[in-house]
Amino acid sequence: MFRWFNSDKGSAVERFVQRDALKPIELLPWILAIAAYYVFPSYLPLGSQILLTILFAISLDLALGYAGIITLGHAAFFGAGAYAAGLYALHVTGEPLSGLVVAGLAGGILGFLSGLVILRTSGLTLIMLTLAVLLLVQEFANRARPITGGADGLSGISMKPIFGQFRFDLFGHTAYWYCLIVLFFVWLFALLLVRSPFGRALTGVRENVTRMHAIGAPVRRRLVTVYTISAVLAGIAGGLLAQTSQFVGLATLGFERSGEIVIMLVLGGIGRIYGAFVGVVIFMIAQDTFAKADPAFWSFWVGLMLVLIVLFARGGALGVVDQALRWVRKVRR
Amino acid sequence: MSALETQMLCKNFGALAVADKIDFRLEPGARHALIGPNGAGKTTFINLITGRLAPSSGRILLAGQDVTALPQEARVKRGLGRTFQINTLFRGLSVLENVFLAVCEREGLGNVMLRRANARRDLLDESYGLLESLHIADDALALVKELPYGKQRLVELAIALGLKPSVLLLDEPAAGLPSSETAIIFDTVQRLPGDIAILIIEHDMELVFRLANRITVLVQGAVLMEGTPAEIAHDKRVREVYLGERDHG
Ligand SMILES: Nc1ncnc2c1ncn2[C@@H]1O[C@H](COP(=O)(O)OP(=O)(O)O)[C@@H](O)[C@H]1O
Ligand SMILES: [Mg+2]
Repeated sequence: MFRWFNSDKGSAVERFVQRDALKPIELLPWILAIAAYYVFPSYLPLGSQILLTILFAISLDLALGYAGIITLGHAAFFGAGAYAAGLYALHVTGEPLSGLVVAGLAGGILGFLSGLVILRTSGLTLIMLTLAVLLLVQEFANRARPITGGADGLSGISMKPIFGQFRFDLFGHTAYWYCLIVLFFVWLFALLLVRSPFGRALTGVRENVTRMHAIGAPVRRRLVTVYTISAVLAGIAGGLLAQTSQFVGLATLGFERSGEIVIMLVLGGIGRIYGAFVGVVIFMIAQDTFAKADPAFWSFWVGLMLVLIVLFARGGALGVVDQALRWVRKVRR
Repeated sequence: MSALETQMLCKNFGALAVADKIDFRLEPGARHALIGPNGAGKTTFINLITGRLAPSSGRILLAGQDVTALPQEARVKRGLGRTFQINTLFRGLSVLENVFLAVCEREGLGNVMLRRANARRDLLDESYGLLESLHIADDALALVKELPYGKQRLVELAIALGLKPSVLLLDEPAAGLPSSETAIIFDTVQRLPGDIAILIIEHDMELVFRLANRITVLVQGAVLMEGTPAEIAHDKRVREVYLGERDHG
């Protein structure tokens, strides 16, 4: 009778559905990224770094934020993608788009194979195994000098123009747009994925594995699938780094990169895609600010920030925004 | 053919036999109660049937087919649904989502990646309808962890019903509930379609006698006796081992 009341069926389901509708604010990152191109023309190489790191963080969010796979070894896939793209450009062709495909494949194959083995475990064991995989890949890259260049890395990479049209320039204009457009498509894909039945089921796995089994979900297969997808995206991020910086070193496989990407995602907020955008930007700005203010101890301040977030704002920066909005709504009522 | 059958089912935890040669049949459409003192192995029995635990020996048949070696999800696909004695929910998700996830898995959508889940309005409406029938639709958008315990108990049941099981195993569905909420659960169970075979673990004998047309008594992992409610009520051993014990408590 009282159709306009909240408890009405249409409106509860309707509001549930509305949550997934694209909101205007979701276009903000893109507006900012395009504005940044014109406002900070001399910072474009840094801009490209930020964009591909956001891509890397989105890939991590799928595994860690959505499916609850806690990993400290995600740089293994980033690095695999970077080396694959570098080697492909050196030995096959400098054509960038096919290079990205190769980078994604490299990350994906490594993710699939390692996922098959390590995703049988959970908790601390799983974290340790993700680290072990990273160390194995690191050591391999270090030892396989003839292929990877060892500690010297891969240099002398030269890229052909994108679509044979847009050549990579010295100032990073092309690279910036390239990263931005790839990120845009990855973002679209990730949004689609997390709102699909498959993506929704991932949050179920994160929240309660036992119940997920009891409603008939093949949990292990789902985990390996999302881990592989995540690794493909991480590989693409690595590929972008190789192609835009035209150098691949052991640092792409570094533990630091692995740990930092987790920190960035936690800062921004896990399990919400946009945490990747916010977290990476906050981290980079904080790193820059603290490094200027206190060159000796800047990492201490970043660490302190992380401790505060974990203790007092578990949802990260976006979680804080959510809470504030909820509070404002309550006060208004 | 029985909806569910176990043959010589055994489970040992070390030296402890928690399931001891259990021969059991659940007939189609049965309202079958499993009773027995705490620690008798009732929950373990359900975990064996669903595949959460692997038996030490023996066989499990669903609709006549041996499922002993099948993983949990394959058994669910064959119509096996359950609830947990201890709430096992997606605590950080909304009530509606909890049921919706089950309904989506039932429909085999869990591997669909590039279509929106919410496009299945029919399944959302169905999930919501289930919440209405359990009187928790007002909390559809609340997170499960924000709900009081009693309502969480109803979500537990709603998820199982969302699977539209043909064999439903209820492990103390009303555990820890006040009688008003117990009534909702038992009314719902009573109103379920007659062709669903239900096995229910419950301590309240009044409820058991009202609902069940068949009762199995489990003691120390073994079946002490099986029969109609009347037979169970008048059996001397059962009175000693189980009913008598509860009369004193
Ligand atoms: N994973 C386990 N490991 C060891 N012992 C267990 C385990 N699960 C249950 N038990 C033991 O098995 C017995 C039966 O437990 P349970 O099936 O939960 O009984 P009920 O549901 O009838 O109260 C208890 O003695 C319990 O301690
Ligand atoms: Mg029990």
